[in-house]
Amino acid sequence: MRRSEPETSGISPDSGGFAVRFSGLRLSYGKTLALNGISLDIPAGRLVGLIGPDGVGKSSLLSLVTGVHAMQEGSLTVLGGDMRSAAHRAALCPRIAYMPQGLGKNLYFTLTVEENLQFFGRLFGHGPAERRRRIDHLTKSTGLYPFLDRPAGKLSGGMKQKLGLCCSLIHDPDLLVLDEPTTGVDPLARRQFWDLIDSIRKDQPTLSVMVATAYMDEAQRFDWLIAMDEGKILDTGSPKELLDKTGSDNLDSAFIRLLPESKRAHHRELTVPPLPPEADNDISIEAEGLTRKFGSFTAVDHVSFRIRRGEIFGFLGSNGCGKTTTMRMLTGLLPATEGTASLFGVPIDGNSMEVRKKLGYMTQLFSLYNELTVRQNLELYAKLYGIPEHEVHDHVEEMLTRFDLRSSEKTVPADLPLGIKQRLSLAAAVIHHPQILILDEPTSGVDPVARDGFWELIIELSRRDKVTIFITTHFMNEAERCDRISLMHAGRSLACDTPAGLVESRKAATLEEAFIGCLEDAAAASSAAAQKKGENESPETAAEEVKPETKPHSSFHMPAWFRENCDFGRWYTCFWREMLELKRDGVRGTLALFGALILMVVMGYGITMDVENLPMAILDEDQSETSLDYSWNFAASRYFDERKPVRQYDELDQRMVNGELSLVVQIPPKFGRDIQQNNVPELAIWIDGAMPSRASTINGYIQAVHAQWVSEYLKKQPDLPSYEIPDLETRYRYNPDVLSLPAMVPAVIPILLMMIPAILAALSVVREKELGSIINLYATPLSRLEFLLGKQTPYIILAFFSSILLILMAVFLFDVPVKGSLPLLLLSLALYCVLSTGFGMIASSVTKSQIAVIFLTMVATILPATQLCGLINPVSSQGGAARVIGMFYPTTYMLLISRGVFNKALGFSDLMKPLLFMAAEIPVTVAIGILLQKKQEQ
Amino acid sequence: MKGADMIQKLRNIYELGVKELIGLFRDPLMLALIVYSFTFAIYVGAVSSSDSVTNAAVAVVDQDRSSISQRIMESFLPPQFRLPVQIEQYQIDGCMDRGEYTFILVIPPDFQRDLLAGKGPSIQLNVDATRMSQAFVGAGYVQQIVLKECNTFFAAGSSAGEGISPANIVIRNRFNPNLESSWFGGINELINNITMLAIILTGASLIRERERGTLEHLMVMPVTSFETMVSKIWSMSLAVLIASAFALLVIIKWYLGIPVTGSFWLFMLGVTLYLFAVTSLGIFIACFAGNMPQFGILMILILIPMQMLSGGSTPQESMPVPVQRIMQLSPTTHFVTFSQAILFRGAGMHVVWVPFLKLFVIGAVLFIISLKRFRKTAAS
Repeated sequence: MRRSEPETSGISPDSGGFAVRFSGLRLSYGKTLALNGISLDIPAGRLVGLIGPDGVGKSSLLSLVTGVHAMQEGSLTVLGGDMRSAAHRAALCPRIAYMPQGLGKNLYFTLTVEENLQFFGRLFGHGPAERRRRIDHLTKSTGLYPFLDRPAGKLSGGMKQKLGLCCSLIHDPDLLVLDEPTTGVDPLARRQFWDLIDSIRKDQPTLSVMVATAYMDEAQRFDWLIAMDEGKILDTGSPKELLDKTGSDNLDSAFIRLLPESKRAHHRELTVPPLPPEADNDISIEAEGLTRKFGSFTAVDHVSFRIRRGEIFGFLGSNGCGKTTTMRMLTGLLPATEGTASLFGVPIDGNSMEVRKKLGYMTQLFSLYNELTVRQNLELYAKLYGIPEHEVHDHVEEMLTRFDLRSSEKTVPADLPLGIKQRLSLAAAVIHHPQILILDEPTSGVDPVARDGFWELIIELSRRDKVTIFITTHFMNEAERCDRISLMHAGRSLACDTPAGLVESRKAATLEEAFIGCLEDAAAASSAAAQKKGENESPETAAEEVKPETKPHSSFHMPAWFRENCDFGRWYTCFWREMLELKRDGVRGTLALFGALILMVVMGYGITMDVENLPMAILDEDQSETSLDYSWNFAASRYFDERKPVRQYDELDQRMVNGELSLVVQIPPKFGRDIQQNNVPELAIWIDGAMPSRASTINGYIQAVHAQWVSEYLKKQPDLPSYEIPDLETRYRYNPDVLSLPAMVPAVIPILLMMIPAILAALSVVREKELGSIINLYATPLSRLEFLLGKQTPYIILAFFSSILLILMAVFLFDVPVKGSLPLLLLSLALYCVLSTGFGMIASSVTKSQIAVIFLTMVATILPATQLCGLINPVSSQGGAARVIGMFYPTTYMLLISRGVFNKALGFSDLMKPLLFMAAEIPVTVAIGILLQKKQEQ
Repeated sequence: MKGADMIQKLRNIYELGVKELIGLFRDPLMLALIVYSFTFAIYVGAVSSSDSVTNAAVAVVDQDRSSISQRIMESFLPPQFRLPVQIEQYQIDGCMDRGEYTFILVIPPDFQRDLLAGKGPSIQLNVDATRMSQAFVGAGYVQQIVLKECNTFFAAGSSAGEGISPANIVIRNRFNPNLESSWFGGINELINNITMLAIILTGASLIRERERGTLEHLMVMPVTSFETMVSKIWSMSLAVLIASAFALLVIIKWYLGIPVTGSFWLFMLGVTLYLFAVTSLGIFIACFAGNMPQFGILMILILIPMQMLSGGSTPQESMPVPVQRIMQLSPTTHFVTFSQAILFRGAGMHVVWVPFLKLFVIGAVLFIISLKRFRKTAAS
């Protein structure tokens, strides 16, 4: 390819005729080498395919080219610029479109199809009319148009894939990078998809496209192919050249022949022995009128089939036609709305362990444990299926060999490419030699050699071990190996016959033709109905007349770095999207708003600073008149609640140990007599010191009660000089009646507004990391500032709204008036909400999992906010690290302002210092959040 | 056959639990956070002395300028008080507003004369009530100090000599003679962290399994919801149990030097029961939360009142009766009860069997409700 012919049409001048050039490119993940020093120049304006087995570095190469992954060694020039330069990457983002591997990884599942597309359209700065035109055009060409209102999460796997494509095509990129774009997409939609790409290329001849694919029939139509293996490039050339070189008639076999000898040694052409006829009456799976409705939508509509023991039954159909739903009903995961299904003649019951043991199931989305290695996963599944301990090892070894997983047995699935993950899932599904295998697109994204290896196993299981196999696939050569196929569309079974029978009945040449014909007929019927409904809508042609606008740019001139990092439109897009998501998840918003109110009620009423009703008992060893008088003083106090008297010391000990008594007054023998003789007897008072604050309070009460008694006693003594105890007037300022509510309420507001907003904001980012859509930060022109602020703003608004509710509740429910300046309170709360959500953003930047971020945020907010910021004790009373944290933590200052305004009637002039301090912390917090967040995968 | 089933059940529970532990060990940040919450956090909780009065700022407006006023001032001593500052009458409001002092004592003119004349003069104490417990507890201290000084002063100045008081009281604080707040603060922080960790580890890992589809996969395998739940409970409880044993023995006993009176093993038994209750609570919350953010908020909504009203921060008997009743349903209340009893009062099984039993019942009820809901929410 380096010496490719100079004829390259319409190359942009800056690229020097090449879209992508790299040399000595190396990339490794830990010890695993993904790219082993490869060099190549890829001319612009071509449709270039990457082919090769799973895990040879195709995706790694693509993620480097798009700038999603950080570079390690070698040089890489994309569209004329060095990918090591952050400035070039930033400038490049709008010119590249990237669709990552995996089902809908770049999508937001709670948002509808329309909203997802709108999001990407807005990110690239298209105006509303332009977005409408593009969205309609793309969805109509991919068949998603009728589903614009459906949440992306409710789409079938293949439809998610289509939506992912549309999202990456929404702007006009110069380089389109697609990583296995048609995995799990049905043949009809695949055909439509490639037609769409062709038409885009016709309109824009400079467009370069790089595609990794596992479908060799697709590779056939590419301009150039790059065959890769083990991080190296095996060969390059047009499909024809490759065919000639290898002397094969199709790319599938050409691909296999290109592989090194060792890899294709086990490969041989597959033949399916016929199913023995005696199986005819031995039914394994039976479904009768199986129906499933979700609300008004019928996903599966009266589907019936009988599958014989040992039969390979293929389920084919367009994306979203109800294949997965049917499988979920068969496994008992989903109850059927109507109809019955049985396995081995036993009606399906989700709880039957016997049936579950005989069942192997592979889900469409990877559903093994990412925290375990490949081997650990297999061992776990073997054991859970009840394989005896001494056989586990053999089973695992068998699977590692059979699915060629040995090289990655110590890797965790998260670090594996899609194809190898699929193989692992398959291995886990068959490890216990089940009698029924339900496989939901098991070979999607798997390379041809591995696919054949897998089918070899399927055939062996079916024919030798009489395992019944229920399988869905989009590969026609696989469908041909099935004993019977059921063709599905829109929840109904269109036809059910042997592959040959289907081809014959439709008078088609190949199964694919028969299948597409069937689908087109059915789609035509339903779209005719849809057309009737939608006639009032503006027809496509009208929409196309809207002139494509040039991307809007702010009219005033900002420095370049500023324009690149602070685009209002992109910030707004992020904000708008996050708001939508909050709106969709009503429970979250409601809990966030009203949760704070509930907590305030609980804390306001539940926590009292007063200590009352303390269980107290008297141990009176004197029993004189004086001692009775003395004990009466205690019993009468409102602080104490007198319990049964204690009789002796042992009892005192025991009753205090079991926590029954907080306080015991021990009056010694001869107490009365000693007083009369001026012997000054000593009373022992025992306090439960387990809770020091309570003990200190009790201590104070005792002193007061005792002093009271002394003063009373002295008054009664005529021979002493008259003495009146000084009267200590205690004035509790700001809360004269020592009510708990006026003390608690202003203090609780800052604490609640720290924890909840921080956790919500933190989760909103880490969620994207865990679910995959963080890739949009890596692969689109979004800057970290826009992304973080866009996500933070909805939570600031939510938190601020919640703080207004808290103030209203304080004033109207708790009767705690705002005595000072309300504008000051509101302003400071607004600043505070920015800070607390900003803390969440910082927490999110250093964590990858949602669990960790919840934990981190809790740890980083609860302890400081409740203990170190002056809620109970002033910061100045603390020592060491606690004091330093307290001095910088914003809750300290918010508490000062909140108490100042609520209790002390203060205004701006008094509280300027804390206000300014909080304001100064905002840029610092935001800056830390941005610096810690990564713009590329590392 | 029955026996074989049973063994397979136990094996599933064991294997799934081991899987949880491996997952935990693969997450360095989680491990770091666990280590933090059972070491440094407990240390901070202990030394931040949230309960008793320390370093309280006092000012005195001395209008008497007598020897008694001098004596009163000199009797405010660290560590409970900072050395008092003398200010003028007109400064009181400003100082209070700015929160410079928690206490301002105003000694009126002719105080000493009136005191010695036995007239019982009044003395004014201004307390910044927004300072919460420092204000309320500290006011008691100030009162004590002032009265004691006055009494002694009067006794010395009058003919009565020492015998002004007919009887003295000797206060003995049991279980924590010097009322060191670090004892309580450390244990309280340990309790809080055990609770938080147990809920997060089980609940959030359940939600994660649901969001990643692994739970659904388990539902088609010969593994029951019961086994899945028990595996999470035992594995996460074990992790927290080990961490808390470490915190108790190494941080609290050895590093902070807090004397722990009661039986370590009895306390660990209690922690185990408590962990059963709170891990079940974690699963319970996860069964009602649709996604991780919902779980996060629900957890806060449950965790905070549980901690604040457990009797660990403020005594239960001072709360309104309905609150006390409701808090009987919270496992933390019983945990606080028995841990204070065992660790400080050295109580034995005959004392703590009641909270133990209550914990078990609470755990069992939460477990059973979660089990009923588990399947319904797993496959969504």
